[in-house]
Amino acid sequence: MGKKKEIDDRFKKFGTKSFTLTSKVNDFIDYLEKEKVMGTKCKDCNINFFPPRADCASCLKSDLEWFDATNDTGELVTFSKMKYGPIGFEKDLPYTIALVDFGDYKIFGRIGKNIADKDIQIGMKMKVKVNKLDNDRINYIFEKI
Amino acid sequence: MGKVGIIGVGQSAFVRAYPGSLKELAFEGYKEAVKDAGITAKDIGASVVCSAPEYDKQRSPAGVIAEYLGLNPQPTFYVETLCSSSSMGLKLAYSLVKSGLHDSVAVIGIQKMSEISSAESQERMGRGTDIQWESPFGTMMPAYYALFAQAHMAKYGTTLEDLSLIRVKSSTYGPLNEKAVFRKSLNLENLTSPDSRMTAPIASPLRVGDCCANADGSSCIIIANEEKAKALSKNPIWILGLGAATNSVNLTGRKIYTGLPAAREAAKQAYEMAGISAKDVDVAEVHDCFTIAEMMAYEDLGFANPGKGKELIHGKETYKEGSIPVNVDGGLLSKGHPIGATGGSQIRTIVQQLRGEAGEIQVKDPEIGLVHNIGGVGLYGNVTILGR
Repeated sequence: MGKKKEIDDRFKKFGTKSFTLTSKVNDFIDYLEKEKVMGTKCKDCNINFFPPRADCASCLKSDLEWFDATNDTGELVTFSKMKYGPIGFEKDLPYTIALVDFGDYKIFGRIGKNIADKDIQIGMKMKVKVNKLDNDRINYIFEKI
Repeated sequence: MGKVGIIGVGQSAFVRAYPGSLKELAFEGYKEAVKDAGITAKDIGASVVCSAPEYDKQRSPAGVIAEYLGLNPQPTFYVETLCSSSSMGLKLAYSLVKSGLHDSVAVIGIQKMSEISSAESQERMGRGTDIQWESPFGTMMPAYYALFAQAHMAKYGTTLEDLSLIRVKSSTYGPLNEKAVFRKSLNLENLTSPDSRMTAPIASPLRVGDCCANADGSSCIIIANEEKAKALSKNPIWILGLGAATNSVNLTGRKIYTGLPAAREAAKQAYEMAGISAKDVDVAEVHDCFTIAEMMAYEDLGFANPGKGKELIHGKETYKEGSIPVNVDGGLLSKGHPIGATGGSQIRTIVQQLRGEAGEIQVKDPEIGLVHNIGGVGLYGNVTILGR
């Protein structure tokens, strides 16, 4: 019996419940653990990708570099406060999903629960921040600037 | 190459929980279409089965359904583009006929959503989006469309009452449709009163009354080449335009949040192929899975300029007597939305309208009809144009 090959399944830690085990951008999770929300950039095409991609579909190259989105300032594009959630998200309810535009790229996620509903306005300035969850899980949230 | 005609249409009743198996449900829509066409299984050269997987416990449903419908040994194809599966199936069937491979094809749309619980079903619907980067935040279809509603309201001043008026229209026609799952009549007060169940929040700003219901159902559209269509049918309805497009699954890849680019692109293709423009359409079926989806469809199809969709509903222009009647069969909001069967049901309604066989919901003398059918949150867009 040979040694069982180890699977790099870091991505299973992402979010309340992850539907992906393995990804070529697994390093994203390590960066989250270092308080950084990172995207990837194709050096040849000069395109920023968020969510990060492992491969550039324009030039077909796969040696993309990471860029840090953590300190960038974006604008809230839209949001929705969810009263019901899918299976596995019951304990999080209610929560507010949102989309924030950072110019060269956009990020989809949740708005931090410390922001009151009445303070959420389309166009407000926001930044993305790493958010540690129970059971050693991790994601990111949007915060007011 | 000649034209391609629709010679038979059928659908099952759309119900909460169909008391039979998947193939028995498929039989209901198929039987109605075959009888409508006045043909037998021998006249059908191939079948295209359309559904969204993961609801079906049956693996490889196409072969199993083809056998139950008596369509052996003809080949069968399986097509899936979420909620637009059967419109995409029609496009494949059209290519099979147009290429000369088959002279007639049956497009069978089916979904038995009650095979799994409502919560499981919502979760699976939510996974028709980006499961790696969006689903871990706990997303669901109503919330995705709610993001579009919120953005539409902010940009164009659209109100909850504008959206409620779309549901009022749906509920004007739902009670007339014996195949619809939701047949209660609702007025504006039912849809806006804080005490009404219809105003209970689902995902802000959308409320219960803004959302369609899951359903079990099947549909069937039988098409044939020009020669066979004329030989078999007294009144074939011709496929004039077919548009299909895709767009980024993750919302971060979109440029606008007040409409669906895949729908706009599909409409452009279909209008071009048919050689018509929006103003030539006499009757339409649009994908109103949520009230905001119908509002965006008015604008994406060019029935109204961006942000002006509300004027159509306020002016009752999309009612049966209006300038561009939309969803006068009750739409998804009243009929229910059995994913794979929905496109076929929309096509059936337009075919009946163009034949002058739509009964109480008949629009006056339509020449050209349009079907707008969306998969996911605009991941797939399909627009089909039919004519007499």
